[in-house]
Amino acid sequence: MVSWFRHSFFRDVFWQRLRGNRLAIAGGLIVVLMFVMAAVASLTGRDPGAIDIAHRLLPPSWHYPLGTDQLGRDVMTRLLYGARISLLVGFVAVGIATAIGVVLGALAGYYGRWVDAVIMRFVDIMLCFPTFFLILAVIAFLEPSIWNIMAVIGLTSWMGVARLVRAEFLSLRERDFVQAARALGAPDRRVIFRHLLPNALAPVLVSATLGVAGAILTESALSFLGIGVQPPTPSWGNMLIAGKQTLGTAWWLSAFPGLAILITVLGYNLLGEGIRDALDPRLRE
Amino acid sequence: MLTYLSKRLLMMLPLLLGITLISFMVIHLAPGEPTDLQTAMNPKASAQLQQRLRTEYGLDKPILVQYGEWVSRLARFDFGNSFSQDRRPVIDKIRERLPITILINVLSIALILVVSIPIGILSATKRNSLFDRLTTIFVFIGFAAPSFWLALLLMDYLGVHLGLLPVAGIKSLGFEYLGWGGKVMDILRHLMLPVFISAFGGLAGFSRYVRSNMLEVVRQDYILTARAKGLSERSVIYKHALRNALLPVITILGLSVPGLIGGSVIFETIFAIPGMGKLFYDGVMMRDYPLIMGILVIGAILTLIGNLLADISYALADPRIRNS
Repeated sequence: MVSWFRHSFFRDVFWQRLRGNRLAIAGGLIVVLMFVMAAVASLTGRDPGAIDIAHRLLPPSWHYPLGTDQLGRDVMTRLLYGARISLLVGFVAVGIATAIGVVLGALAGYYGRWVDAVIMRFVDIMLCFPTFFLILAVIAFLEPSIWNIMAVIGLTSWMGVARLVRAEFLSLRERDFVQAARALGAPDRRVIFRHLLPNALAPVLVSATLGVAGAILTESALSFLGIGVQPPTPSWGNMLIAGKQTLGTAWWLSAFPGLAILITVLGYNLLGEGIRDALDPRLRE
Repeated sequence: MLTYLSKRLLMMLPLLLGITLISFMVIHLAPGEPTDLQTAMNPKASAQLQQRLRTEYGLDKPILVQYGEWVSRLARFDFGNSFSQDRRPVIDKIRERLPITILINVLSIALILVVSIPIGILSATKRNSLFDRLTTIFVFIGFAAPSFWLALLLMDYLGVHLGLLPVAGIKSLGFEYLGWGGKVMDILRHLMLPVFISAFGGLAGFSRYVRSNMLEVVRQDYILTARAKGLSERSVIYKHALRNALLPVITILGLSVPGLIGGSVIFETIFAIPGMGKLFYDGVMMRDYPLIMGILVIGAILTLIGNLLADISYALADPRIRNS
């Protein structure tokens, strides 16, 4: 692993370029910060569900840095625990979407012909869905749980990855090194996994990074509509419901969870664009 | 052009069939049934009643038979009757709600185009200027801000705090007593926040997209040629570059239709707008299968029309496609 890093495109070109991009570094720091938040959530020593009616709807103060909600729960503690939910949803949903997208895209791009035709028509169909409608219906029918949300978001957001991988495979397939591997009698499996896939992963990485941001946004929207992560489990989306109910009286209930979503999504977007620019400098200059 | 059009129209049919098949299966195979909800409310409901309801709704037949019947009715533009108390035809329910949703979406697309194209051109031609930097910041924040949160903040500040704009519905209380002009103004005031919110994410995305397309196009040889001919910078940018830079924007616009329609659930719920998104949300909560399917079909048709319009405009704008 280390020697691979020492003498590779990654160290010589990619890493240098990424480091030189201030916005991408800022994005990376935000992403790291989110992991830290999720990790230290339990260190505050407070229970995110502890109800304390005597201290309800307190504005931010020294003791409650981000104030308290209608049930007197500490907003900061809930925000930190909410980071865990967002992180979990973002990564698992993108993991599912990437896995499906890579497999279908690879099959379509490598085998071509009817396999390609069937898979790409399926992609076309999925792209025509008002996806949010479908997600809404399925989530509402199933028991609303975080696992269902991750699965449904993953199952409805793989199309971009499939198209990317297919396009990469189509162009790589004709390259000399792939032709050589096939001429030497390498089985399909080996050609796909050893020769094609590693060369097609760069754009997938970009789309996965941006995908985490999208999944976090979708989860928060569903939770805000009341069919996502269910209270008392704190998620940034369902914390905003309280903000809606106290409109005009407790600004901190709508301001902070929303800011947390904004900053996190911003972080993943900046990092994703940074990786894209570092991989393909033609787009920048 | 005509053969191109008819080919595109023919391709829409299997696509639509595929969409309905997948939605039908997903919705009907999900655990639980609409009859559970309706009989759970009523302690007197017996197993027989539930069975009778299932027969009445046709839910007792094999799923493929149900789908076949549904499609054959759809072919006659019959969306069936709603499962809700009033049992009204789904098509009537949708017809009442569709115009406001389409109005808001069309207005927000117009807003997106009118604002983002000039921004994109300006930040591309004045690259790295203060304006370009500021809009880049705006774009990244616009991408990241959840629209429902922005809606909350604006409702709180403009609506509740300053009392400038109404925060819910599409009509004021005394709407009937207003004159013709007053009615239009009233609706416009109510639509301002929803249109802005639904356009916001798109504004960011499109201005970024126009900018990067412009930058890409300006580097092409034909722009070099145009400059070498001694054309004014104005004519190079607006005549030669812009047209080519806007071509891909048309496609993206078509592709963004499903996102806009999907987003209508969110802002219609927040602003209590009686549109198709809110209807869908309520239908989902009541497990009103015919209504859900009806709205999904209408949504898919709107998307396909959006894509078709995009393809037609693309063909009109680009002679290479028109003549091939």
